[in-house]
Amino acid sequence: MERMGAGARGGGGLSWSPLALLRDAVLSQKAREKELRSLVSNLPFEGLGKSKQPNRFFKPNAIKTNKYTPLFFIPMNLYEQFHRLANVYFVGLAILNFIPVVNAFQPEVALIPICVIMFLTALKDGWEDFRRYQSDKKLNNMPCLIYTKHYIERRWKDVRVGDFVKVVCNETVPADLLLLHTSDPNNVCHIETSNLDGETNLKQRNNDVFEPESFNCTVVCEKPNNNLNHFKCFVEKPDKEKTGAGIESLLLRGCTVRNTEHAIGFVVYAGHETKSMLNNNGPRYKRSKLERRLNVDVFFCVLLLFIMCLIGSLGHYLWLKNLSDVPSFLVSDSKGHLDSPSLSSFYMFFTMIILLQILIPISLYVSVELVKIGQIFFILTDVDLYDEETDSQVQCRSLNITEDLGQIEYIFSDKTGTLTENKMVFRRCSIMGKDYPHKENGKDLSHFIHTFKNAVTQFQKVILYYRNSNRVICCCLRKLSPLVVIAFLHHQETQVIPDEKLLQQISRSERSSSGISDPYMDFFLALAICNSVVVSMATTQRQRVIHLHTPIRLTTLWRAFLPKQNGSSTSAHKRSDDANGVQPRALDTVTLSARPAAASGDVCYEAESPDEAALVYAAKTYGFTLLARTPNSVTVRVPSGEELVFEVLDTLAFDSNRKRMSVLVRHPITGEYVLYTKGADYAIMELLGTPYAGDGQQKKIAADTQYHLDCYAKDGLRTLSEQHISFIWAYGREELMMASAVQLETELTLLGATGIEDRLQESVPDTITALREAGIKVWVLTGDKPETALNIGYACRLMEEGDLVTCVSILDCTLEEVRRYHEDPRNVDTTQKISLMIDGDTLAIALSPDLQDRFLDLAKRCRSVLCCRVTPLQKSRVVKLVRDKLKVMTLAVGDGANDVNMIQVADVGIGISGQEGMQAVMASDFAITRFKHLKKLLLVHGHWCHTRLANMIIYFFYKNAAYVNLLFWYQFYCGFSGTAMIDYWLMIFFNLFFTSTPPIMFGIMDKDVSAEMLMGVPELYRTGQGSGEYNFRTFWISMLDAFYQSLVCFFVPYLAYQGSDVDIFTFGTPLNTSSLFIILLHLGIEIKSWTVVHWIIMLGSVALYFIVTLAYSAICVTCNPPSNPYWILQNQMADPMFYLICIISTVVALLPRYTFYVLKNSIAPSPLIQAKHLDRMEPSVRDMWMKEWRSLRGGTEVKESRLSTPPSPTLETSVDFYPGFGDAASFVGEDMSLNVIGD
Amino acid sequence: MTTMKEEGNYANRPSNTAFTQQRLPAWQPMLSAGVVIPGFLLIGLAFIGIGVGLLITSRSIQVLELDYTGTETSSPCYQCTMSNQSNCVCKLSFSIGTLFKGPVFFYYGLTNYFQNQRKYGVSKDFNQLIGDVSYFKSPSSDCQPYQRVNGKPIVPCGAIANSMFNDTFKLYQIINGKEELVPFDGKGIAWWTDYNIKYRNPDYTPLKNAFNDTEKPVFWTKPAYELDTSDASNNGFINQDFLVWMRRAALPNFRKLYRRITEGNYKDGLPAGNYSLEISYNYPVISFEGTKKVTFSNVSWMGGQNEFLGIAYLVIGSMCVVMSVVMLIVYAKFRFPEED
Repeated sequence: MERMGAGARGGGGLSWSPLALLRDAVLSQKAREKELRSLVSNLPFEGLGKSKQPNRFFKPNAIKTNKYTPLFFIPMNLYEQFHRLANVYFVGLAILNFIPVVNAFQPEVALIPICVIMFLTALKDGWEDFRRYQSDKKLNNMPCLIYTKHYIERRWKDVRVGDFVKVVCNETVPADLLLLHTSDPNNVCHIETSNLDGETNLKQRNNDVFEPESFNCTVVCEKPNNNLNHFKCFVEKPDKEKTGAGIESLLLRGCTVRNTEHAIGFVVYAGHETKSMLNNNGPRYKRSKLERRLNVDVFFCVLLLFIMCLIGSLGHYLWLKNLSDVPSFLVSDSKGHLDSPSLSSFYMFFTMIILLQILIPISLYVSVELVKIGQIFFILTDVDLYDEETDSQVQCRSLNITEDLGQIEYIFSDKTGTLTENKMVFRRCSIMGKDYPHKENGKDLSHFIHTFKNAVTQFQKVILYYRNSNRVICCCLRKLSPLVVIAFLHHQETQVIPDEKLLQQISRSERSSSGISDPYMDFFLALAICNSVVVSMATTQRQRVIHLHTPIRLTTLWRAFLPKQNGSSTSAHKRSDDANGVQPRALDTVTLSARPAAASGDVCYEAESPDEAALVYAAKTYGFTLLARTPNSVTVRVPSGEELVFEVLDTLAFDSNRKRMSVLVRHPITGEYVLYTKGADYAIMELLGTPYAGDGQQKKIAADTQYHLDCYAKDGLRTLSEQHISFIWAYGREELMMASAVQLETELTLLGATGIEDRLQESVPDTITALREAGIKVWVLTGDKPETALNIGYACRLMEEGDLVTCVSILDCTLEEVRRYHEDPRNVDTTQKISLMIDGDTLAIALSPDLQDRFLDLAKRCRSVLCCRVTPLQKSRVVKLVRDKLKVMTLAVGDGANDVNMIQVADVGIGISGQEGMQAVMASDFAITRFKHLKKLLLVHGHWCHTRLANMIIYFFYKNAAYVNLLFWYQFYCGFSGTAMIDYWLMIFFNLFFTSTPPIMFGIMDKDVSAEMLMGVPELYRTGQGSGEYNFRTFWISMLDAFYQSLVCFFVPYLAYQGSDVDIFTFGTPLNTSSLFIILLHLGIEIKSWTVVHWIIMLGSVALYFIVTLAYSAICVTCNPPSNPYWILQNQMADPMFYLICIISTVVALLPRYTFYVLKNSIAPSPLIQAKHLDRMEPSVRDMWMKEWRSLRGGTEVKESRLSTPPSPTLETSVDFYPGFGDAASFVGEDMSLNVIGD
Repeated sequence: MTTMKEEGNYANRPSNTAFTQQRLPAWQPMLSAGVVIPGFLLIGLAFIGIGVGLLITSRSIQVLELDYTGTETSSPCYQCTMSNQSNCVCKLSFSIGTLFKGPVFFYYGLTNYFQNQRKYGVSKDFNQLIGDVSYFKSPSSDCQPYQRVNGKPIVPCGAIANSMFNDTFKLYQIINGKEELVPFDGKGIAWWTDYNIKYRNPDYTPLKNAFNDTEKPVFWTKPAYELDTSDASNNGFINQDFLVWMRRAALPNFRKLYRRITEGNYKDGLPAGNYSLEISYNYPVISFEGTKKVTFSNVSWMGGQNEFLGIAYLVIGSMCVVMSVVMLIVYAKFRFPEED
């Protein structure tokens, strides 16, 4: 049976004629192009020939991402390589060498360098391709279950469109499957799409009666596309009944099934047509700033080469002209005819190009690539950039912009999840107008603060549950259905230390009213019920993929909108299996222990947003444990140990307009219908019932709650609060169904508010301070409210105490003020102390073409810029504007889908792989796990990569110019006839072997300053900014040096051998040898730190030179006719003059550079040199010096604001603003009113 | 077991070695004034020493150069520069005041002669020159236009061989008005490797047979196998003069070793006295404004006389010493704190 199936799969087309093949190709092309595809099951056609298969036109599931095949590797790779202009140039030159009138060398030999370079590149390409092939092979051979009579284990590559595939728990989905059946009673299938976007999803299918054999429907679906969030298809039964399905029913290839025993799906797209493969665009290619600069200089080299060749050509012309007769050394052509001087000088031009071609560094490109591979290796292996918590290292997704990391001038950062943990922790609450500050938690906080001195590493913010529009927007963008978000919960989030008073209050309430209608009980019930948290039991919980993190999964809220299948009878149904293993626990134990509810191993919550989970955990701390949630019921264990099953009648999902969510449940004991609502403060307050409008108790409660909320908000520590309101309903269910959401949520009773904390990530303030000291301007772009953003701005030291904060509304005025402030002579020496805060609406106007320049002018003058309430599109526009208009290097860092635009626009995009999935990471060039890693990545690796590569490139240009010029100077003494005084093989070896590895090693391993110094003195980073170390000046200085050195290297031997009987190669040998020494020792001067690797490579290069040259000179009697270096070096090495010449030319050539360095380092040392000096001191002495030095350099240590009298009323309002307890509210108010203009 | 598990948990942790963490012990040379003073001083003194040595050696070398181009009418060779003078012989008289210490090397020199021209340099057939007779019949096309003459292949072909220097010299000491021939030693003036390895005669006896059906180079007066009638082993491709000529000069003004004076009465050098040099003037140089000269020189370990190197060493050495003083001043004024 199995064999038959296999036959049908593999066999088939053997007997086909070519015509049929052609017809089939046309047909399949047509079938694939069609907008709609009709797919039927393969089962009825099992065992039939290939031509009978209904889905034969669609791509099989086997994938092939490798570009090459063994057979066609050479032609295809050559084709690829000739896309590079440089390669074409060098091959062109080599071919030019085959033209007899212009050739400079033996033609075959001229091909060697380019062949070696291309061979190396081909090796690299081949290796990469082989790895792709291997991973493809591994994927294609993964096992999966395909139905033929029963489920048989096969390989992924055997999967065809129209098959039924069964995926069991923790297995990866092999192709895009239309979900038909799952083992889950609710017909949902949990999948984790971390391979695609790092998220976890629910897939749902309602028809749960399923039998593959009897599947006789036609699946009609759209043409494959790469939209991961969109899919349309319908299933047509034989009786023409159609059922639609969307992306929620599609299991995408690469996802993993979780928490679901098995799922069965129908293959709609396979192999390269799957959405994940269509999204796989291969590696990113960016061109770094340095490389752009490099190309300019290559152009300069071409120009230089052109000039040199022109000189050679002209010289040849004049030389020929001056010969009055035909001397015996002038060789005519075969017919004894001599070309006219002009013609032969024309030929000579091309000969010169061939001779001097190495001036264009042929191996530079391949060397740069090798160096970058090495640099990436060192970035990847840095343990400081490794995050133990997630067991992940930094990822380099872009292989060619490592050096850009060292030139960043502007950083654009997202806030939530980037600066903060995006891990919400319940901190405070206010119930019935009474504040429960949870001091224990506060202690924890103050302890934290104490530990980190003034660095405020924790803060809270004013958000009202979905208070943060940013979160909503990011939800919307992340998924077209805004409802499915995942969160990872940290252990800490479950740790809420209960407030003693509140515990007492609860136990009092319980005793008094048996937990039914007491507002305290209601408050916690609301916390536990009014959310979309799904409970998974510890036993069924999937194996943790990520250490310490528990992926939390959330229901899709839209389920609430679907027609309920069952009557109210199911609502009381208790999911006994969910409650399995959970023992009722008395409130007393909780009360007595008063400890964090650490015993959370039994239940595990999967929440759509971290906020929700935090609240559920908070409720659990107080004994209200959410035990189970099904679409129709919620089971909660109350402190008394009783398990209450609430029938869920309706859920009004959260949306960004309403800024609230509601759940309508029926209380199991009283039978009352209760609507629990939670939402942003202003969204809730206006819905309160009429009693709150009047005087009396209710009004006071509302006012107190509002006051508490404001307190949370004003608190220097960011306070999160959550508001939670419920109202008791008595209407019948049917009527309710008719009622609109708005009608339901009126006349609410205020229960209370909660404060949730989103902690700043570790070392964020420290990192931001360091980055700022490094001369990088940090802009924070967030979707948060201005006051929240401002709080974070202070907390993460983006702004400092004593800064002016300017809130922009009238651009011109502000600009004028700021300008005046700057031009004020009193402020000339002060560091910029103005921070700019701008909100999304104003920003939209400021970004308009006529205001852009003024906005940038303003932003340039400010130390930091905070943009709040911005949309993802605005984020990318800001980045683009700054990048293009200010011509600076920008870096964008973010973690969520809302940052993707910005990350893609910036010169360097950094993704933080954290809570919000992988989309930012997928779009990024580098992915890190924590914001703090940015510090080392930029300050250390960025600096190193930049200086290394910059110096390496400069050196490379120098090296080639210095060597080639030797040949050029010789032309003046050989009638510009294109003679080389060095054997051509040795010239090739010189570039390929003797002097190729040292610069590569230099580019990978040189270390100008230690990592400790770079981290300790961020100012050192400034050396790389702007044009960096590789610029017009350094390039031409090194070229001039190359000319000087080549002059020395040529003319010292020339003068020493003048008038003697020296022959050509004997003359060339000391030239070659001393230029080797000069070139290597020049590098030796440049190398800042010599490790054992340096020594081995440098000494190895010299040894290689002598060994190879000696061997070549000894073996090669006739192998390179007509030129022949036989026994030349041996002869020379027996002559003391050889050594004397080499020594003096090496010393004279290098003396100026060496002396210049020494004098410069002593008289006017650069910061890097100073740092290097400090680096050599004892750590304790070093720290002392470092401090002194930094304060001298005017670092940010100077706290005091020198602004005595603010120059304008506008600034006066904001001068020395700091969000203390007193005046913050008034400020915020003013700020908001200012911003109205922006609307 | 536990450790295994822990390792598994940190599977992606990079290895923490000095190499991967870029913490290999390193020598970090500090290019500052204080550090380099001894270096400069040492190099300076060493160079001055070498320079003095070189200069003394160079000064001890005696050189006698005689131009015999004959461009000036006063020159004894003037008449040889006239057109169509064949087998012209001119005599150059000179006197030596003190003993010219031996062994004396006798060079001929050419100026403005570009043996290093690329096309000229290519123009030879290496296979002929290692004695491969098959190439006698069909010389390499590199030899053009000196590949064939009258349809017959030229051996040795090519421009280098063709343009071989063909002036010959005889030196006489005039003792009591009588000319006494100073014996020349023509052996071993070419490189040993050229004579023994790179150039071989075909294995024919007599050598003439190998050259059947070939032509001598057009400028030559004698075929290759008759270059030295006095010494049969100094013929063909291993003729010393031929080998010396075939080793192309690197620069347009060069000299080539012609003979050594090592024999008989002249073993210790040329005694003071009057000498006469008989030149058989054949080689044309006037057309390209070249000059011809002969040079007598004795040699030292550093080769011929050359003052440049000695002076260069002296100058650079003194500069280094001066620099070390400058560095000392700089060091005193700008030293870094930790250099105390």
